[in-house]
Amino acid sequence: MEFSVPNILKNKIDELILHYPEKRSVTLMALHAFQEYYGYISNEAIEWIAQKLSLMPITVLELVTFYPMFSQEPLGKFHFKICRTLSCALKGSKNIYTFLCNKLGLDPHLHGRQTTADGRFTVEYVECLASCNTAPVLFLNEDFYENVTEESVAELLSLCEQKEGENE
Amino acid sequence: MINKDQLQNKEEIPMIDIKIDGKAISIPKTRPHSVTGKQEPTTIIQACSIAGVDIPHFCYHPRLPVSGNCRMCLIEYGIPAIDRDRKPILNPDGTPVIRKMPRPAIACFFNDTATTEIYTNTEAVKQYRQAVLEFLLINHPLDCPICDQAGDCKLQEYVHQYGQETSRFVEDKVIKPKKRAISSKIILDNERCVLCTRCVRFTREIIGIPALGILNRGGLNQISNYPGSDFEHNYTLNAVDLCPVGALTSRDFRFRMRSWFLSETKSICPGCATGCNIIIHSRDKQIYRLKPRENDNVNSVWMCDYGRLNYKWVNAQNRLTHVFAENTDGTQVESDWLSTLKKIISVLEKTPPKTTAILVSSRLSTEEIYLISKLAKRLDAFTDSISHLGEGDSFLLNKDLTPNSKAIQIFKLASKTPGDRIAEISKNIDEGKIRNLLVFGEDPIKSGIAPGILGRLDLFVICDILVNPSSKEAQYLLPGASFAEKQGTFINAQGRVQRFGKAFSPIGDARPEYWILANILTKITQESWPLTPEGIFNKITATTPGFENMTWELLGTVGMDIVSTANTTE
Amino acid sequence: MAKEKRLILKHLDSKGYNPSITCYLKHNGYKTLKKAFSLLPLKTEDGKTLSAQEQLREEVKLSGIRGRGGAGFPTGVKWSFINHNTDKPVYLVCNCDESEPGTFKDRQIVHKDPHQLIEGMIIACYANDVHLAYIYMRGEFNLGAKIIEKALQEAREAGFLGKNILGSNFDLEIYLHRGAGAYICGEETGAICSLEGRRPYPRIKPPYFPAALGLYMCPTIVNNVETLCAVKHIIEIGATKYAKLGIPGDTGTRIVGISGLIQKPGYFEIENGKVTIGELIHDFAGGPLPGRKIKAIIPGGSSSKVFRADEKITLKTKNSDGTESIKTIDIMELPYDSNSIMAAGSMTGSGGLIIIDDSVSMVDVAANISEFYTHESCGQCTPCREGNLWMCKILRRILSGQGRRIDADELLRISHNIMGGKTVCAFGEGSTWPIESYIIKFRDEFLAMTGIAEDNRKEVWGESGINRFE
Repeated sequence: MEFSVPNILKNKIDELILHYPEKRSVTLMALHAFQEYYGYISNEAIEWIAQKLSLMPITVLELVTFYPMFSQEPLGKFHFKICRTLSCALKGSKNIYTFLCNKLGLDPHLHGRQTTADGRFTVEYVECLASCNTAPVLFLNEDFYENVTEESVAELLSLCEQKEGENE
Repeated sequence: MINKDQLQNKEEIPMIDIKIDGKAISIPKTRPHSVTGKQEPTTIIQACSIAGVDIPHFCYHPRLPVSGNCRMCLIEYGIPAIDRDRKPILNPDGTPVIRKMPRPAIACFFNDTATTEIYTNTEAVKQYRQAVLEFLLINHPLDCPICDQAGDCKLQEYVHQYGQETSRFVEDKVIKPKKRAISSKIILDNERCVLCTRCVRFTREIIGIPALGILNRGGLNQISNYPGSDFEHNYTLNAVDLCPVGALTSRDFRFRMRSWFLSETKSICPGCATGCNIIIHSRDKQIYRLKPRENDNVNSVWMCDYGRLNYKWVNAQNRLTHVFAENTDGTQVESDWLSTLKKIISVLEKTPPKTTAILVSSRLSTEEIYLISKLAKRLDAFTDSISHLGEGDSFLLNKDLTPNSKAIQIFKLASKTPGDRIAEISKNIDEGKIRNLLVFGEDPIKSGIAPGILGRLDLFVICDILVNPSSKEAQYLLPGASFAEKQGTFINAQGRVQRFGKAFSPIGDARPEYWILANILTKITQESWPLTPEGIFNKITATTPGFENMTWELLGTVGMDIVSTANTTE
Repeated sequence: MAKEKRLILKHLDSKGYNPSITCYLKHNGYKTLKKAFSLLPLKTEDGKTLSAQEQLREEVKLSGIRGRGGAGFPTGVKWSFINHNTDKPVYLVCNCDESEPGTFKDRQIVHKDPHQLIEGMIIACYANDVHLAYIYMRGEFNLGAKIIEKALQEAREAGFLGKNILGSNFDLEIYLHRGAGAYICGEETGAICSLEGRRPYPRIKPPYFPAALGLYMCPTIVNNVETLCAVKHIIEIGATKYAKLGIPGDTGTRIVGISGLIQKPGYFEIENGKVTIGELIHDFAGGPLPGRKIKAIIPGGSSSKVFRADEKITLKTKNSDGTESIKTIDIMELPYDSNSIMAAGSMTGSGGLIIIDDSVSMVDVAANISEFYTHESCGQCTPCREGNLWMCKILRRILSGQGRRIDADELLRISHNIMGGKTVCAFGEGSTWPIESYIIKFRDEFLAMTGIAEDNRKEVWGESGINRFE
């Protein structure tokens, strides 16, 4: 099937091209747009962006694999990113991570991105999110939560379940 | 042709005096840039190279833009000390006090003109080198016994020279992809890779198509092509040459021979009229690989994959390895050189003028083509050659896929459009006017001589390297020598005369064509003709316009341009 | 008791203050920009004429402000490296890649007072003949990105951006460029490469100083968010007045963030050198958690070398009569400014203090920090790529109970093979200084943990040592 990019994305990329003296500069922002729209960066997306910006696909892939915010596979509907770095660690982010992994049946000893078997939840450790004064912090999808505790994470989880229920 | 700009570049580059490891040396203040050729301040590694001081390096390559990532070339340096008023501090004898800088610099990029002293053998520098080598080895698979690069490997060489004896690494190594075919010609082993990015820079800066890149981040970085789009063009194998370690290996060469068993012979690629300078790697009369050899006048340090892989015919099954002569019953039987040449000479001695045609390949050496021109003159023979044209490209591959068309032109064995006399020759054979046909390195039937008429000839000789469809028609079949089995010169499309060397003796009973020709000429001209390429070449220089300044010796390893005169060039 | 001096943070936490342009204008927003635009060419005593731009640049130079991103390079000097007599455009990149663990100051500005940053940027751009500028924002500031985008749009609509801004004949566009999770993009040449769409590999300096060969090989200024906001205040109150804040050599105010094991983590704007570390910890941040003792202080982001809480610092100070006096003080009495912290052997870096108490093992801290730097190393150059991963693996092994007594020295040895100008960029130092300092200052903790492990293994395996680690 031909990879068709919706106009809303196309227009966004066209707009971005006007922001820079050189088209190659658009790559990162274009990848953000695709990640946001599709939830991951497919090979088709890489090739589309490369063609749009007159680049070789490898040049785009080099960036996709460098930056951890891009994923080459679809992620869970609910994506937890828990800060792992020092200030959050001092305030117990490891407990939060372990708690969440155990709740979702994931391996708390693994550091990388993990998705539950049903594909609903993705959990990963991320590095410092620059909110050390409100540690520990985490992202649930686009929402940022500060001073989280095991209780508040449990609440977030039930909120997720609820949301899912509403959608069905 | 001598480039006037090049001469001007040699003008007056100011020299500066520096000390390398205590030894004073004058170096030019600027050097031409690796890619653009523009004059740029001399870097420390260039200065050291002039001084003959070895600076180990992985990522630096004289023909690539500098990257500075391997950190192998770290050195210490000193600059004149200044006091608080920024005035130089002087020794009692009036010389400036030199202060060693606290931080090292990379020799490949550093070109601070204030630098006056370079230290390459201090304890600190030894430590830097040991450290980088240790870092490069901790995650390396240490698989030298089965690595094709062993013997050619910079990592192996430097560890031997500068490394430490023991490893302190007890952790698990990083696992990376191995044995990945990134093209039809290249295998990539990421675990052996030192991430110097030479191959990446080559594809980006020299070829202009960024086919390779680096994936992932930090300790997981790895070189890769874009999955599903192979790294294919006519120059990919240069990346294998550039790779300082065993990460990129040629599928053609892999596991065929340990590099230290190979002998190296300076030669010229016979694949096209560009005349890339090459090195033949051979052992026991077998070519294992061709590699480019540096010559800024021709190919820099590159060669095309077509030329590089175009050597298998030398050791092919259908090599002509013995002399054959036609029996009375029309079958070809093995013969010997002496009786065969005698029979050929006896015909040629007596034949009237304009009864002989000679078909000449532009793959022969200049010396051979010259001798043929002399033979043609003696016999007043018809001559022609054949064009072998391909696509060509804008980098190194010429449209003319033979190495010596220029010599055919210089010695006037064909018109500007080789092959345009074939029809006439064929007609004259048919009409019985041409009685003798001598063919050197071409297939006469394929070239356009009507197949049915060859039987009418009094003398039909084919001298060639491989058996071709016309071979069985010949009365005499003479086995010639390939470019690897003889010495000689080729004249490339630009008119540069370049010597190629002999890697091994001809296979079987084969003989160099110049030997055959000189023997025939000596008999039928009653003159003495030299039996060595050197002797023949020096005869050429004495009589050929444009060659006056050359001698075999002067051609050296990089060749000389024919001096432009109206007679020899367009 | 020590007090905050809020210039940049003046409004952003006050009740009802919001990121909109209406709110900013209500609080005298963009007045300083108008002031900058109103400057006329000035005749100096020696007969030269200083253009408005030159006057602005001179003000920033005179203010003595040092960059707030981490390296502390004087901003005015940085600006003075720009050659304005070329055909090449000059670019300005606002470094909003705030990623140094322990640092969260730029977040406050971006989220709560974006127009202050934009005003500072416009002034800086005007002063340096910049017509195209970028805000390089870390990808994780997704809300911040939306706020900045909106603020830029508001500024455009209000005529502060675009063509002929406020009738000044000055054109400027500012665009937002988002990173995607890479600490190395905070390194100025890394940010530039990222902006160009390349892998953010820092460039070799020399020759690739941004001021000369920056974005698209053009002269480029890279300034931190806080620095650019400070520029606004320098122009607003004047260089002389600004320089009187703080101490000579480190003028003005800076935002200090305190996090870790402390009662009231937070951010505070202080005059440089007017507040001690002790005051920051006890007066501002409420002191240690109940029943706990502070053990270690990371003074300026995770890259800075650690202080022991019981450390004594010997300082040389210059008296008014020119003589020097030497005094030994408690670390808690050390003033918080670049010079004092540097004299004590560390750095203020990005102004983020991380407090560690006696409940935590420094080996854990080292392992945590090492994981961070290993994850963030771009991998361009050998020592950083291989060395950080190696150190991280050793620390992981120690934590898994498989330590060896020699590991502490081994970590020191490896870190010394990375630091000291052996890498392309300062990441080599930033990643190894902390580990080195933890081992030097808390050697006993490393030896205790590895020693116990070694002895336990000997009990199990015997002296002959079957275990592969011995």
